[in-house]
Amino acid sequence: MCLAIPGQIIEIQEIEGLRSARVRFGGIVRQVCLDFVPEAGRGDYVMVHVGFAISRVDSLEAERTYNLLQEMGRIEEEFAPAGSEVP
Amino acid sequence: MKYLDEYRDERVARALAAEIGQRTTQPWVLMEICGGQTHTIMRYGIDELLPPEVELVHGPGCPVCVTPLETIDKAIELAARPDVILVSYGDMLRVPGSRSDLFRAKAQGADVRITYSPMEAVTIARSRSDRKVVFLAIGFETTAPANAMAAWQAKREGLTNFSLLVSHVLVPPAIRALMASANNRVQGFIAPGHVCTVMGCSDYESLVRDFRVPIVVGGFEPVDLLQSVLMLVKQLEAREAKLENQYVRSVSYQGNLPAQKIMTDVFEIADQKWRGLGVIPKSGLRLCEEYASYDANRLFELEELSVDEPAECISAQVLQGLKKPTDCPAFGLRCTPENPLGAPMVSSEGACAAYYHYRRHSVAG
Repeated sequence: MCLAIPGQIIEIQEIEGLRSARVRFGGIVRQVCLDFVPEAGRGDYVMVHVGFAISRVDSLEAERTYNLLQEMGRIEEEFAPAGSEVP
Repeated sequence: MKYLDEYRDERVARALAAEIGQRTTQPWVLMEICGGQTHTIMRYGIDELLPPEVELVHGPGCPVCVTPLETIDKAIELAARPDVILVSYGDMLRVPGSRSDLFRAKAQGADVRITYSPMEAVTIARSRSDRKVVFLAIGFETTAPANAMAAWQAKREGLTNFSLLVSHVLVPPAIRALMASANNRVQGFIAPGHVCTVMGCSDYESLVRDFRVPIVVGGFEPVDLLQSVLMLVKQLEAREAKLENQYVRSVSYQGNLPAQKIMTDVFEIADQKWRGLGVIPKSGLRLCEEYASYDANRLFELEELSVDEPAECISAQVLQGLKKPTDCPAFGLRCTPENPLGAPMVSSEGACAAYYHYRRHSVAG
């Protein structure tokens, strides 16, 4: 129930007086209410829960965390036990 | 998909697990609050990547599981009325009430409809002025703004055939109740990232302070959860208790202010009964006075009921992290997703369903 999925805004519309958007999730496009994320615009990623965007994904923070994590993975590889490298 | 695939990277996950192993010097019991996180843990076998000292216990963050039996019985009673269309999130249909469930009520002719978004319930009410549309509004803080928006929109349009049967629960009072319990074993929490996306982090700061317990706001992908565990283990090993945010790509300190505003416009805080846990003070939401005419309880003059769980179901202990689903003698035998004794076996966020679906049932005794 508390699942929220990241999707990309492809078009902004107004439906029944609410700010709305067509949002792409992989191959699927769905109608999403944008009322809670006035700052989100076309091209932005939003976290969507039961048809409502609840946050705009902070792409800078996401990138920063991901780079740190990638770095960890790389370090782990370098320090892997020598034996594991030998066929 | 962007923002999903990269957080499922096996190499990064293994590196995080290795660091958790290196940092851990003694046993720690951690609880992930949200059932969505429990499912990720089981699905990807994250518990098996962790050192044996780090035990993950599963929290009460499954809205379907904690919706009181009485609410389900009321929903079934309403659905059976010929003038009512009952609209519900799909997860609720198989949840057992005291005598039946909504799925069976539907099979017996009740007009029960499944929705993905609460706004669809408003759409049905708009197009069916000859029927009374009742929306079964359950959920945690993540879902409350969306459900509130449905009530707000119905009021704005002046719809008189729309109401909500509300069963809303709040996470911080539940953590407080768990920590205050004499049976508590939990030493650190992974707080639910989407609840905090809406509500922000300040309520969790007071929990950290009052109980000196580390809390990390965590996401839902394998790498998110492993990173959250690492952050908790680092704090615990250093004898620290802080609030940290792992899920920075979605959670800000103040949360989503427009979503919080509609919640407080439509709902007010109330004592709430949790299935399996009993009444927790100020742990729920009800419609505020201004929205009284949208309250299905008042509209249909529903009587307050009190019913009991099947004696064999141990979901109360499972929801408090005191027992694992596989500790239950009925697990996988007399209790399966097709024939559930309790709600955690039904919901896509229930701990029992997670153990059952991700092949942990071979250990049932």
